[in-house]
Amino acid sequence: MSNKSTGGWIIFISLLIAFLLTALPLPVWADDSRPAWVAMVLIYWCMALPNKVGIGIAWCLGLLLDVQQGALLGQNALGLALIAYFVIQIHKRFRLFPLVQQSCLVGFMIIFYLLIASWVGGIMGIPPQTWTYWMPAISSMVLWPWLFVILRDIRRQYYVS
Amino acid sequence: MRIVAFILASLIMMTVDHRQGHLEKVRSALSVFVYPLQYIANLPVTVTNWVSEALTTRAMLMEEIAWLRDEQLTLSSKIQKYEILQAENERLRKMLQSSKKFDERVLIAELLAVDLQPFRHQIVINKGQREGVYDGQPIVDANGVMGQIVHVGPFSSTVLLLTDPTHAIPVQINRNGLRSIAVGTGQRHILQLEHLSNNVDIREGDLVVSSGLGSRFPSGYPVGIVHNISRVLGEPFVQVTIIPSAQLEKNREVLLVWPETSPKLSADFESAVDDADTSARL
Repeated sequence: MSNKSTGGWIIFISLLIAFLLTALPLPVWADDSRPAWVAMVLIYWCMALPNKVGIGIAWCLGLLLDVQQGALLGQNALGLALIAYFVIQIHKRFRLFPLVQQSCLVGFMIIFYLLIASWVGGIMGIPPQTWTYWMPAISSMVLWPWLFVILRDIRRQYYVS
Repeated sequence: MRIVAFILASLIMMTVDHRQGHLEKVRSALSVFVYPLQYIANLPVTVTNWVSEALTTRAMLMEEIAWLRDEQLTLSSKIQKYEILQAENERLRKMLQSSKKFDERVLIAELLAVDLQPFRHQIVINKGQREGVYDGQPIVDANGVMGQIVHVGPFSSTVLLLTDPTHAIPVQINRNGLRSIAVGTGQRHILQLEHLSNNVDIREGDLVVSSGLGSRFPSGYPVGIVHNISRVLGEPFVQVTIIPSAQLEKNREVLLVWPETSPKLSADFESAVDDADTSARL
């Protein structure tokens, strides 16, 4: 992060909360449909401030997520780096999309992210066994508009740039 | 083109982590940053427990104490018998020149209420390298074997439960000593016994205990109860499902076990001691 820019700590805190929400215990019925919080917050910051949050940060976040979740080291790192790359490529168009269209795109990106995880699981001999594996894509899609509005207002309030 | 570098780095890391396990140190170092997060995520549960403890009434405490006293009495009467049996068993084994250790060091660890990857059966406990926890260490609860340690950090470690599809444990039927391997299925509360031929002597309700082969788990801890046996004509093996004895999802506290020594080592040690004994007597 460069010294000129401000509000790096807002980004840090938002990501911290995303990590907490990922670890927070949920009841069994809701556990399978936990939104991919870290991926969603990352998508927002990559879209809003692509010069600040890039592939490198995404990759490091993924590595931390791997450690937190007890996954194979590099699994989430790969998924998040690819998501960051994709969002940064299209960030100018993405900003102008209506919220519904953004949600759909986020849904597709989460599906892609889950696909990588399932592919890694398949290689390890533990492929996903039920269709509920894909639920995070739907829950992330549903929650995206709220997350987008909240993060945008926070960004404007604190002049994060 | 940086993305290509990151993709390559991820692929290499995944391969190395899966095949060799050289990255345990990296994981352990990174877990120092992750542990505070997990600690905070666990806080609501800790606070709730603390509040409910603070709000217990005197009557409830009295009741609990009475119950604990009863339990203590029954357990200590059982232990008297157990000690006599253990002494007898050791004497008999000494006569037979075979050795077996019963004493294991244990340490109580608390679960952190945090969620890990869905569809994997893993839990996080609040003991790590500082307390001497090591990779592959067995974990038990009051009722039976729970699983083993897979990742150790300085302050916390990750436990792979028996029901995880990548977990297997060598077991035997307590009634007749029939050996097998209990493999996790990925479903909650169900394990499967592998490689038992169609004509073996096994019944519903049989107790399955750890056999201690492979010298990772100590022998003689309950693993589960045989739940269902289906013999299909034409299939080489009988399909046996067992229900784990340990309460894999209800525990707040678990026991870390340090097995005394590996079986081979203790046998050598015992024969050396025996030799010394006989020479002293001569």
